[in-house]
Amino acid sequence: MMHVRRSPEEIAANRQRYEEHQKKGLEFAPKALPAPSPLPAPAIDAAAIIHQETIPGGWYWSTALKRGEALRIDQGEGGSTVALVAWNAADTSERLNLVDTVKVQWTTALGKGRVIFSDMGRVMFSLIEDSSGAHDCLMGGSTAASNAAKYPGVKSRNTRDNLVLVAGKLGLTRRDIPAILNLFAPVRVDDDGGFHWRGKLSNSGDYAELRAEMDMIVGFSNCPHPLDPDPVYAPKPVIVTRFRAPAPAIDDLSRTATAEALRGFENNASMLA
Amino acid sequence: MTDFIKTSASRSLENAVQEHFIPAEAPWSGIVRKGQTIRIEDSYGQQAIDTLFYRADDFAERYSNQDTMRAQGGAYIGTGTKIISNEGNVMLVMTADSCGRHDTSAGACSCESNTVRFGHGTKYLHACRDNFVIEVTKHGMSKRDIVPNINFFMNVPIKPNGEMTIVDGISAPGDYVELVAEMDVLCVVSNCPQINNPCNGFDPTPIRVLIWDGED
Repeated sequence: MMHVRRSPEEIAANRQRYEEHQKKGLEFAPKALPAPSPLPAPAIDAAAIIHQETIPGGWYWSTALKRGEALRIDQGEGGSTVALVAWNAADTSERLNLVDTVKVQWTTALGKGRVIFSDMGRVMFSLIEDSSGAHDCLMGGSTAASNAAKYPGVKSRNTRDNLVLVAGKLGLTRRDIPAILNLFAPVRVDDDGGFHWRGKLSNSGDYAELRAEMDMIVGFSNCPHPLDPDPVYAPKPVIVTRFRAPAPAIDDLSRTATAEALRGFENNASMLA
Repeated sequence: MTDFIKTSASRSLENAVQEHFIPAEAPWSGIVRKGQTIRIEDSYGQQAIDTLFYRADDFAERYSNQDTMRAQGGAYIGTGTKIISNEGNVMLVMTADSCGRHDTSAGACSCESNTVRFGHGTKYLHACRDNFVIEVTKHGMSKRDIVPNINFFMNVPIKPNGEMTIVDGISAPGDYVELVAEMDVLCVVSNCPQINNPCNGFDPTPIRVLIWDGED
């Protein structure tokens, strides 16, 4: 095969530009991000609350979410992982995209001030509060098989089947289920790529708040994470509160802390224009 | 990284049943039957090869990066990795790998994500997602069927603190991976055209795909 190489000058210019982006993403952006949210969680203004749902251990739920509304996801009794998926309400082919989310923000460690992207280069959620930063973008959820192996002889619900139910009841199919975000799953990766459960990253009463940056449908599954060290299947209820979030100020952290978020919100603006 | 494991000596160019040359930046798709082995060759070195698999008789069952990572307990793809579907089935098994480092956490480049990563001026550049759309629509699918993929030969170390960055690939010219199919699969490839990061040395190059029948 004949192939004409790009010139050394073109390659050098592209490399220099990449390294500038990388430096901003790895060195400058983390310094611009806020500290984790305080514990215990402050009360939400009662007048702003639209709906509150307690998802029993092992179960699923979905809700519509308008742009500007937010979800507080509260571990409640503690120890629960919440798997989350989302679709653009106006076009469900636009959906949560975790590979872009971690790639464009140069980190798999989402925390307060980070954003969550769709596959169309737009911001779906801003993580406006987060007390732990202990979430998992990589490993996905439990399945019937993984539960059977982990809890032999125990009847249990699992995240894969829960999300099939969520999608199916929305008129969507198995083809529409994106890779999932596990909230409250302190998973980190060692130098060889192995996954580890870093329980010390989590706190009792952890919560996260996600502000919707477009109209969405959001699905949840409340099942133990595959790496959850508890050998007993005993998922606890979690509380999801849908509320009207304060309008973001011009210097809103989630919008301004990183160059990537700024450009993502510019893409949102062109959708809304 | 996994140890370098080379292919069976019985596989040669002469007894391959298919050979496809995929130019720089181009897509390709084809069926790999159960028992066949597909070799994906990085002919010039340092070229990321974005790849998806779908069950040939039911495209709703497809590669799942999260299930694959969960099943093997690790983030990188290497020899012995079982390629797992969204239904928890083994689609293929990686049986040879002369490189040792492959990613499945970083997804494919797209015109849209390029604007976020590298600035709006990069929107109108050729991208893997466009390659995937071209190929999957030939098979009656659409954008909703494009899921997080494997990036063969792409080097994306993840640090214990979560930092994740694409760095120079370590593949040499002629490096390859081989996967034996455990079911009939549609393989969809985008020979990554990205010129804004080091996934392919800022210089996309041609690749080759070979397929052999099973040995028994």
